[in-house]
Parts: sequence; C-alpha cells; structure tokens
Amino acid sequence: MTSLRVQDLWAGYDPGLSIVKGVSFVVARGETICILGPNGAGKSTLIKALAGQVPVQDGRVTLDGRDVTGLSSHLLVRQGLGFVPQTENIFASLSIRENLQIAAELLPKAARAARIDAMFTAFPDLGKRPKELAGALSGGQRQMLAAARALLTEPEVLMLDEPSAGLSPKLVGQVFDTLAQISAQGVTLILVEQNVRAALAITKRALVLVDGQMAHDGPTEGLQDGAFLGQLFLGQRKGASL
Amino acid sequence: MELLAYAAFFLTIALTYAVICLGLNVQWGQTGLFNVGVAGFVGLGAYTSAVLTTPDVDARIGGFGLPILVGWAAAMLVAGVVSFAVGVLTLRMRSDYLAITTFGVAVTLQLVFQNWEAVTGGAFGLAFIPRPFAGLQSQPFAFNLSNLAVTAAVVLAVYLLLEHLLRSPWGRTLRAVREDDVAARALGKNPTRIRLQAFALGGAIMGLAGAVQAHFIGFVAPGNFLPMMTFQVWAMLIVGGSGNNRGAILGAVLVWAIWALSGAAIAELFPADQQARAASLQIVIIGVMLSLILLWRPQGILPEGRSRNRLRKKEPAE
Amino acid sequence: MNPQAIVEGLIAGSTIGLGAIGLTLAYSILRFANFTHGDYLAWGAYFTLSLTGFLGGLAAAFGAPLAPFSFGLGLPLAMLGGMVMTVVLALVLDRVLFGRLRARGAETIIIVMASFGASMALRSLLEFIYTARPEYFTKALQIAQPIGFGMRATPDQLLVIGVTAVLVVALHLIVTRSATGRAMRAVAENPALAGVYGIDTARVIRMTWIIGAALACVAGVMAGLLVQIRPYMGFDLLLPLFAAAILGGIGSIPGAMLGGLIIGLSEAFAVQIIGAEWRAAVSFIILVLVLLLRPQGIFGRGAA
Repeated sequence: MTSLRVQDLWAGYDPGLSIVKGVSFVVARGETICILGPNGAGKSTLIKALAGQVPVQDGRVTLDGRDVTGLSSHLLVRQGLGFVPQTENIFASLSIRENLQIAAELLPKAARAARIDAMFTAFPDLGKRPKELAGALSGGQRQMLAAARALLTEPEVLMLDEPSAGLSPKLVGQVFDTLAQISAQGVTLILVEQNVRAALAITKRALVLVDGQMAHDGPTEGLQDGAFLGQLFLGQRKGASL
Repeated sequence: MELLAYAAFFLTIALTYAVICLGLNVQWGQTGLFNVGVAGFVGLGAYTSAVLTTPDVDARIGGFGLPILVGWAAAMLVAGVVSFAVGVLTLRMRSDYLAITTFGVAVTLQLVFQNWEAVTGGAFGLAFIPRPFAGLQSQPFAFNLSNLAVTAAVVLAVYLLLEHLLRSPWGRTLRAVREDDVAARALGKNPTRIRLQAFALGGAIMGLAGAVQAHFIGFVAPGNFLPMMTFQVWAMLIVGGSGNNRGAILGAVLVWAIWALSGAAIAELFPADQQARAASLQIVIIGVMLSLILLWRPQGILPEGRSRNRLRKKEPAE
Repeated sequence: MNPQAIVEGLIAGSTIGLGAIGLTLAYSILRFANFTHGDYLAWGAYFTLSLTGFLGGLAAAFGAPLAPFSFGLGLPLAMLGGMVMTVVLALVLDRVLFGRLRARGAETIIIVMASFGASMALRSLLEFIYTARPEYFTKALQIAQPIGFGMRATPDQLLVIGVTAVLVVALHLIVTRSATGRAMRAVAENPALAGVYGIDTARVIRMTWIIGAALACVAGVMAGLLVQIRPYMGFDLLLPLFAAAILGGIGSIPGAMLGGLIIGLSEAFAVQIIGAEWRAAVSFIILVLVLLLRPQGIFGRGAA
C-alpha cells in the first residue's frame, strides 16, 4: 500500500530554471528510504518541494491517493506530511514548550497536553526546562526539538533534510538511533543525507539523485562499498531502475 | 508668443525636476538607496544659495550678495555634506532605516526653514533671489528662453558627468557593489564607502537643482519643499525608468506634464471654492499611478539595459 | 519645569504608543516600514467622525455628552464601526497592493516605496472628501481638574490614558499567552519555518493588519478627541511613530508603548524650553540618538 507517490516532478526556485528534473518514485507505508547524491544534485530541493517550501513546476504528488501537488507547507502538515529542515528548524525566540505548542495547535484540543507530555517523555532533555528559550539549546538538542515538534502531530510521512549535519559522531549516532525507533513505530521516513554510512545503516532502500535526475533507485546492499556509489555520483553509470 | 513663453517656463521647471531626478537616480538606480527626504535636500540647496546671494537685509543674517555661481556651488557642497552625514549614520543598517531617517531629515529641515527666521526668513521665506539674465525680465519670452537654455545646460552637464562616471572605474565598482555586495567585498572593494560617496553625490546634485530652481523662480519659502515634492520626484523616477539617466529626464518631463495638465483640467472642472479640495485629487492620481507602475511595469518606461531584477529577492543556492 | 508637561506627555505618548504598536507589529511580521500607518490613524478618526454624525442624526441621545466626558454614547459606538472600517481599508490595501508585491517576491524597499505612494494618495483622498478644515468630535468644553502634584487633567484625558493602559496590557497578554500570539511571534522570526510548523501565514498576516489597523483607529480617535481631526494628523505623527517603534525595539509591544511614552514626555518637556514649533524635531533627535547608540532599541535583540 503506497504512502507517497511522486510522478515526474519538476521543481525549482526560478520559473525558468528547474533543479529537480522529472523525478519519479514511490514510497510504501512504513518504508525508510534515503536520498543520496553529490552536492548540488537537487536532493534538498526535492525534499523541500515535497514539503511545500520550493515551487513545484510540473508533475504530481499523491499521499495515500490524495493529490497534494503544490500545496503550501501548512496544508501539507495537516495532510500528514511532516518536514524537518536542515538548518533554522526551530524557533529560537520561543521557548521549548511554545515550539511544541504551535505544533499541538493542529491536534484536537483534548489531545494537545497529552501529546506534548509524550514528547517530553520521549526526549527527556527537552522536558528539563521547558520554559527555556529554544535558542539556548545545543546543536544536538535543537535537532531533538525539531524532531519532537515534527513527531508531535503523528505524521504519516516524515521527511528530514540532512539530520546529521553539523553534529558530532556521537550525536549522529543518537539521532539515527532515534530515527530507527521512529521507523519501527511505522512512520514512513524519507531522509536526505550526505552522511552515506549513517544513512545506509538504517535504510533498506536508496534513491540517488544526480544533476536533478534519478540515477538509482534500489536496495542499499552493494552501496556500502563506495565505488559503485562514486560512479553513480560522477554520472559514470546508471543504477537500478525504478 | 505667450504660449511659447509658457511652454518655456513649464519646460524649465520640468528640467529642474530632471536634475533632482538625476541626483536621486544616483542614490536609487545606481546604489539602491531609498531617500524619502528628497525635498529636504533640495530645499537645503535652495536656501543655501539664497542666503548667500540675496542682498543684505537688516532683520536677517546672511544676504551676502555673492555671485550666483558661488551660491550654486555652496548649495552642492552643503547638500552633499549633509547627505554624507546622514549616510554615515544609516548606511550600515537595513534599507528601511535609511528611508525613515531621510524622512526625518526632511521633516526637521522643513522645521528649520519654517522657524529659524534669523536665517531663513521664516514662513515668508527669502525673496529677491538674483535671476540669471535678470536684465531680460521685461521681455518674458527672451527671459524664459534664456533661463530654459541655462537649465538645459545644467541638465546636460549633470547628465554627461553622470554617464561618464558610470563608465569609469568608480562607476563599475558601484555597479559591482549593487549587484553582489559580498563578491565586491571579497575583491577588496569597500561597499559602504562607495555607497556613501554615491549618496553624497546624489545629495549634492539635488542641492544644485534646488538652487537652480530658486534662482529661476526668484524666491524660496518653506512651503516649496514639502513631502509632496519628494513624492513627485519619486513618481518621476519610477515612471521614467529607475536606474537610467535618460529615464530620469523623461520621467521628470512626463510626470510634470501630467501634473500641469491635471491641474489645468481641475481648474476648469471645479468651481472656484472647491479648487483647494480638487487639488488633492492630483496627488491621488499620481499616487495611484505610482502604485500601478510598481505593480505592472516596475522597470519604468525606459528600462535600464543591464538592470538587476530588483523585483525578485535572491533565493538560496541548492 | 511645569509638571503639567507630564500629563501632556502621557497623553501624547498614549496616542503615539498605540499607533507605534501597530507599526511595530507590521514591521516585524510583514518586514517593511509601512508609511501608510499614519494614515490609518487619520482614516480611523474620519470614519468615526462620519459615523458619529450619522448616529447623532438618528437620535439625539447618541450625541448628548455622558458626564463626566465630553462625548456621548455615539462616539464609542462609532469608534467600533470605525475600527471595522479601518481594518477593511488595511486589508483591501494589502490585497490590492502589498500582497501582490509580496507574492511576486518584490524587494522590501519596493514595498516601502509603494506604501509611501499609497500614503500620499490616502491622505489626499481624505482631503478631497472632507476638505482640509479641522473637525472635532464634540463641541463640549471640559474643565481640567487638579489631580495632584500641581497637575490638571480633564476626564477625557484620563480616559484616554486609562484605555491605552488596558489595551496595551490586553495586547501583551494576547501576544505572549495565546496561540495567535505564538503564531505571530513565530512568523516574525521565520515565515518559511512557520509554514513547516503548520501555521497559516496568510492568516497571521491578516491578524497583524487587523490588530494594527484597529489600534490605529483608536489612536486616531483619541488624537481627534483631545486635539482635532485633520487630513494630515496621521502623517504628522509618522515620524514620532517610527521613532517610538525603533526606540522600543522592532516587534516589541511593550517597547513600542514605552517608546511612545518616552517620546511624548520628551516632546512635552522639550517644547517648554525650545518652543512648540520645534516639536517634531524632538522625535528626529531621539531617532538619531537611538540609531547611533543602540540601533536595536530598548527591547530589541542583537544588532539591527
């Protein structure tokens, strides 16, 4: 049963210039996939387009059969599509609790307090001083808050843009442990990652984007050895088809 | 004959506005700075020149009776220096702080013109400003024509100077700074310093325009330099084509023509006791026109050749 | 130093502060210096004036002054209507002009320029419709009562100060405690992220205009009640409004109010020394000092 179906997606900031050029793929419910590719390939743009942050120029996106093409971010969240940006992914001038309260607005009134408490339980560091400004948090803690905020509404699909960026190896490990747990709970996960090793550890399927187009869509076995991946990145070979 | 005399008069005023627009173009078109206090700088130049060149009067300081050209030079200097000071204060900040501060400068200068009677003559202003070709005053046609020639010469001189500057290394640096501040800095250019210079230059040209205008009309009063003038000049520049010296001149003549025509139409259509009220319609027309141009053809009638598309913000790279 | 200046300063400061709150909200959420804000004050006062006249025509009871104030029931009722109309004006202007420019990704300075043009047009339209003749809400005169420390105030003036205090406190609570307030603060920090969090940014923008325009109307009515109503009344307040918003720190409601009070009091004391005709220069001097010494304002964070 499919979660997310992307058909021939073209996207870019300027109307005349496309960064994502005709990408298609399908993600099944509960799957965890990663999107890899060299710098400038369009991975971030792709995921931002799916999140409503970059204009969709052509193509179609359906979530559980519902057409969500070109919807703005705040509507996509309500459809069950969560997104954690790479940088500036929390409100530094608001408190930790307030960051979560904003997300909780999307839930029925009765459920809000319980869900916020659930996040504090899942991420104990956040619950210690909930009135503290989010800007005072360390890099790793910010990622936790960003993830907690996105998880609060129990999204069907959660997309993360380079969750390991800028973090120390220990923190990267923690982040990916958390992601593995999230995946185990049945959430469909889409990760854009530069850190190939960490991504391949928790995903079974990889999409490789080169120059805005899909160069490979297949299982992650065989990708651990860097040679194949390197050749894909350099455009020297085409990988498995969709 | 009378019509020609009037046409010459009209064109002369339009051309003084063209000089203001050229000055504003340096600040906005070439440097991207939004000066909301244009009228203040124009007035500063006008008053400076007037104070220096009018004959001595007991009740006032000033009235040194100096030659016209000295007055004009001083006007440029004073306006340029004050612009420089304003720039030093605000150029490092967000662009709207510059807008607000220049607005405040104009308001304050207006107060000075109005209240510092010892120098500016207060609400009555300064009269008997020496006119170029004063000897021809009894022949309106010849007088207007010769003043038109002088004003046109000033416009031409400023235009040529600016065009020359734009093609010079200084102009190229200015353009580089406007296009990409960060890259220019990496190349060792100091964006703030060159912006300051451009801002001061623009202000000096505005001061000159004020002086030329004052000497043509023969008197200055605080009521000549209201926000309305700032507004007219902006409309002229945007309509004509910002970033473009020819656009500045075209816009000045065109908008002044619309202003004069609408004024004449209103005078015809409205009864005498409603004139003042109807005059405000002129401003509404210009205001709506300005907004429409910004919406539909923001580059103006004569677009600059290589203008940066100021209408779209820069987006982050992938 | 005449202590009466304190009363005058508080009154002027209340008007400036209320207007500055709307300005600072628009500035922080919509990210541009809105030159039309002063005209919302003026239009608010004129809308209310017209409605007062209309209500007074309906029934004399609306016009009869309600002791101890100089105005009747008609004025507060008309003001409510005026607030609605001012809000509509602001929303229409946003739909027709600012919103369109935003949708195109226009640079901030272009939007500021458009607001400058629109303000000129709005002001002149007022003058065309109502003429430049000063108008008044009420002909009833009030005697200033002593309130201690050598100061005197009329009941109207005390009401203005009281209403302002209530409004500021209410607004502060809304912004810091309510979901709408959180959403507004979020959009002020990062509009794109706000969308990702599920916030409907268009709705927040509408809310900003609604609050700003409604407050501007109240400020305009206050100024009109205590002084007079003229087409240029808003424009003449624009420089103090900007100065107050910047002094208080862009985006801060307490800051805008405090800034307004500081400017009001400074003006009141300064004119005792330098004369009333120089009043407007006080705001300019304060603005320059703020930009020189602490550009982020009292409650602003970091550098501008």
